[in-house]
Amino acid sequence: MDARHRGQGEGPALNARRGAAGDAPVVALAGVDKQFANGTQALAPISVDVRRGELLTLLGPSGCGKSTLLNIAAGLIAPTHGAVRWWGGPLAATGGAGRRLAFVFQSPTLMPWARVDTNVRLPLDLARVPRAQSDVAVADALALVGLTSFARHLPRELSGGMQMRVSIARALVTAPDLLLMDEPFGALDDFTRQRLDAELLALWAARALTIVFVTHSIVEAVYLSTRVAVMGARPGRVLADIAIDEPFPRGDDWRVSTAAAAHARRLSELVAHASTTGADASRAPA
Amino acid sequence: MTDGGRGPGALRVVAPAAVALVVLAAWQALTAGLDVPSYLVPSPAVVARTLVDDRALLFRSLGVTLGIALAALAIAVIVGTLTALLFVQSRWIEMSLFPYAVLLQVTPIVAIAPLIIIWVKDAWVALVLCAVVVAVFPIISNTTLGLRSVDPGLLDLFRMARASRWQTLARLRVPSALPYFFGGLRIASGLALIGAVVAEFVAGTGGNGAGLAYQILLAGFQLNIPRLFAALVLIAATGVVLFALTVWLSKAALARWHESELPVRD
Repeated sequence: MDARHRGQGEGPALNARRGAAGDAPVVALAGVDKQFANGTQALAPISVDVRRGELLTLLGPSGCGKSTLLNIAAGLIAPTHGAVRWWGGPLAATGGAGRRLAFVFQSPTLMPWARVDTNVRLPLDLARVPRAQSDVAVADALALVGLTSFARHLPRELSGGMQMRVSIARALVTAPDLLLMDEPFGALDDFTRQRLDAELLALWAARALTIVFVTHSIVEAVYLSTRVAVMGARPGRVLADIAIDEPFPRGDDWRVSTAAAAHARRLSELVAHASTTGADASRAPA
Repeated sequence: MTDGGRGPGALRVVAPAAVALVVLAAWQALTAGLDVPSYLVPSPAVVARTLVDDRALLFRSLGVTLGIALAALAIAVIVGTLTALLFVQSRWIEMSLFPYAVLLQVTPIVAIAPLIIIWVKDAWVALVLCAVVVAVFPIISNTTLGLRSVDPGLLDLFRMARASRWQTLARLRVPSALPYFFGGLRIASGLALIGAVVAEFVAGTGGNGAGLAYQILLAGFQLNIPRLFAALVLIAATGVVLFALTVWLSKAALARWHESELPVRD
């Protein structure tokens, strides 16, 4: 859990040494970059380790490749160079066909023709989990996100925030260790977003999850994270890796505390500096 | 296709019915007032009387034509859906075969029909085949489009869950394709009828197997214009009923979730 206290500048090499065999990083990205077929360099080589129990936020402006990086961490796209390891090995070796990791998309991405419980059950159905067993898991997941009474509703009958909760329940139904979230609350209003942020932190604590969370909201990043990777664009790269070393639980009043504001100011300076200078922003003020 | 049977219920029936009444009244008044002979333009009353008087002949023929159209539609649905499923298995298959589906579509059926009628011994089968050729394309193209129009996020989700090809097809692609399929079915239902009528025209099959098209041809030769009109009315009505049937089917299948069948809020 030392990673929480890790400031910027400490390389992944040191991290790797620290990770003994039994405590391999949940995800280890080693020198991964991504060049798209049209020649665009989406990501410059990046090395990041995600340790167990972390809530790492990838923060940056649009087009900085944070979603691409998350997709690489999900095994959805292959990096052009570099290697990704999950729990110290390839994804195929994680057992349960990748059920130890779950992905939450920008939009709820629900099947519009299927009721809420069927949507949540999907990952279990695809893994051919027996119905009796999946019924329990679905009920648990819906209870976690507070949607038990909406199990028989169709997605279109729910609000945007509720649809996102269904999406989170679907991600949690396989009891994953790692949750990858790609700007999940970006399309929601501020009130809903704050509530879901708080709920997410509660789930993270209750389920001992490791979460990688993509956002372009500095406030959200500060509130949620144990650690923030600030990213810059053209090509996408990690400018700074900053620990938000503040205790949990963080209540609603913590959002507007001076401590939170100080972190937010530091992050926004980094982001601003990155957008005014070029590739040298890696030597940004800390 | 935008007004797939929605809007205020009563108005949907009353408004077109009013138009029909006005047109029929004007038609009746004009033919009576100008003393138009019924071997040129029969009045609606004469057409209606012919429908009743010749009902045995006309409705038997309608049964024949409808039988051909429905058989063709059923085959077009099966063949079209299977072809679409084949197309989405690989881009290679689709690239290799799709041009021939287009070729089938753009070649006028009147040009192919004589060949089919020569090659296929059984007249009824030949007629059905002609109608299938006309009706199958919208099913193929729409269903193929639908099977490909899958939410990319859901596709990623299935990929991450290591879903099998079959699971992805049954649980994701087929439900996603349904609205497109029903769009194709609406077009195909009309085309199957048109195909049946055109093929009958070309084949000119008389006797017991005579369809409505043959009655139209015959009535034309005999200058029995009221009967020609009566047959025409029956074909048109059948087309409308077929279309309404597919609209109803689409509603029954999609009403719960798809935008095209949700009630309008205004």
